[in-house]
Amino acid sequence: MKKVIEGIAYVLGNDVDTDQIIPAEHLVYSLSDPEERKNYGKFALSGVPGEQAGLPDGNTPFTENEQCESKYSIIIGGRNFGCGSSREHAPACMEIAGVQAVVAESYARIFYRNSVDGGFFIPFESAKLLTAEVKTGDSLTIDLQANTLTNQSSGKTYELKSLGEVIDIIEAGDIFEYARKTGMIPSA
Amino acid sequence: MGMTITEKILAAHAGKEQVQPGDNIWVDVDVLMTHDVCGPGTFSIFKKQFGENAKVWDRDKVVIIPDHFVFTKDIHANRNIEILRQFVKEQSLPHYFDVGTDNYKGVCHLALAQEGFNRPGDVLFGTDSHTSTSGAFGMFSTGIGNTDAAFILGTGKIWVKVPESMCFEFTGTFPEHVMAKDVILSVIGDIGVDGATYRAMEWRGDAVMKLSMEERMTLCNMAIEAGGKNGIIEADDVTLDYVKQRTDAPYKVYHSDDDAKYFFKKTYNASEMEPVVAKPHSPDNKAKVSECVDVKHDRAYIGSCTGGKITDFIAAARLLKGKKVKIDTFIVPATREVEQDLYKEKIGGESLMDIFKSSGAYLGEPSCAACLGGPKDTFGRATDNQVVISTTNRNFPGRMGSKQSQVYLASPYTAAASALTGHITNPAEFINN
Ligand code: SF4
Repeated sequence: MKKVIEGIAYVLGNDVDTDQIIPAEHLVYSLSDPEERKNYGKFALSGVPGEQAGLPDGNTPFTENEQCESKYSIIIGGRNFGCGSSREHAPACMEIAGVQAVVAESYARIFYRNSVDGGFFIPFESAKLLTAEVKTGDSLTIDLQANTLTNQSSGKTYELKSLGEVIDIIEAGDIFEYARKTGMIPSA
Repeated sequence: MGMTITEKILAAHAGKEQVQPGDNIWVDVDVLMTHDVCGPGTFSIFKKQFGENAKVWDRDKVVIIPDHFVFTKDIHANRNIEILRQFVKEQSLPHYFDVGTDNYKGVCHLALAQEGFNRPGDVLFGTDSHTSTSGAFGMFSTGIGNTDAAFILGTGKIWVKVPESMCFEFTGTFPEHVMAKDVILSVIGDIGVDGATYRAMEWRGDAVMKLSMEERMTLCNMAIEAGGKNGIIEADDVTLDYVKQRTDAPYKVYHSDDDAKYFFKKTYNASEMEPVVAKPHSPDNKAKVSECVDVKHDRAYIGSCTGGKITDFIAAARLLKGKKVKIDTFIVPATREVEQDLYKEKIGGESLMDIFKSSGAYLGEPSCAACLGGPKDTFGRATDNQVVISTTNRNFPGRMGSKQSQVYLASPYTAAASALTGHITNPAEFINN
């Protein structure tokens, strides 16, 4: 597991649901075909209403000009991030677009679990709401040992909650690697 | 120490005497359900992790129900159904309900009930967040992603954090024009879209136990809109009647102990409940119907796992009988069985099907249809800035198709009353006249 994650922030509000993260009409593409899966990067977060997209200014697309990757690799969210459907296409599309970490005040259960078990990125919980502390485009550093997030653009550091029991799965990589490590399923 | 029904079922499936909220346990899975949207991804992870020729842990416990994007020309959507067929063939899976055959069912959550896969005391996982619906049968059921589903396919097991339980008790009798949909929207409005996150929502009380299985399913269906892990109602004679008509498989009835511990308990007087809507764009944006009577809308939509069951259409037909709708009204039975029942069920000698047709409503094929927007050619899909009154479960931006549209969630009674007037209307006006 990495010790430090660095990236540029993309800030969203409360209750970002999976229809905003990846609108249902795009759920038809294959996640295993290397070319086709790029579509998920292209449409990641494309359902977020304009005024909410890239706060505080809004109307900042997550990916530009038909690109499959985003320059933003750390998402800052508010409460109940990832609510709605169980579609794993949601965390998957964010990973395909290059997201390495999400920092939100709280998560919807299935989204959180999918992020961890699928090993897409690390879902951190912030000790306090950060959506007004970080602006889209700010440079951020997450220190996994100190459990902190530093906003290099403002110089301020914020506390993150401990990853708790799921740290074992995150360290292993995903639920399959975890199960192999613990002998639940045979090693490949 | 006493346990809740959710704790008891999970303990039994983990081989433990006792579990407590917060415990991480591995449970044995009785049924795994997947559909056309999440099946292909699940199968590809399964093959990658367990090998190209790996076999699923138990053929009899896997249920595959295409329902989301099934009546479309979209090539990718149709390719996904082809992937389901291929996997079913490779694995010789007995429980597959293919599109375009007599065996096609429709929306997975109702199909699970109608085909006898919902059995009291069981543990059921599905790659769909509304899998909580099955909890109406006194079982533990919840939604998961592709990775977890692939893990179950290979091992028959999955880890679960035992949830704390919240108890919603309704005493007395609900007013005639109030449906389970009004009850769940009221509760979500009270506790918020994350008010039950990670928790079990247990429904109790004599008012709940007077409800049909269909109405109970509506209560459990929308647990996820409050963030809940599962919804659950203890099985009684109503449950067992329904189950025994559909399967001979064994079941086990569990009850919560009197001294079970609940994180939250609230008792409502059922007779005080009122018809409500959830305004755009969140299921907890509750308002009484009487507060929104000046909201005009362009169309009404009656369908989905939440509002497309036979009881939902009986309610709608009671109001539409002998009248014409004022706005475009879409009727989508959740499953083929519901569609057939539209011909069989009669009000005053007229079948529901005839009532809907003469009212001027449009009828769609059983499926998820516009509940989740879907491909551009989906029946009833919202376009532009339409205002829709809908019996579905989510009104997030863009959920029914267009990002500019506005969706009001309502009961089938309220949706039908509003279809007749073109503005949000209290069904009591029609029922009591
Ligand atoms: S009807 Fe709607 S909510 Fe129900 S399973 Fe289909 S898409 Fe999901």
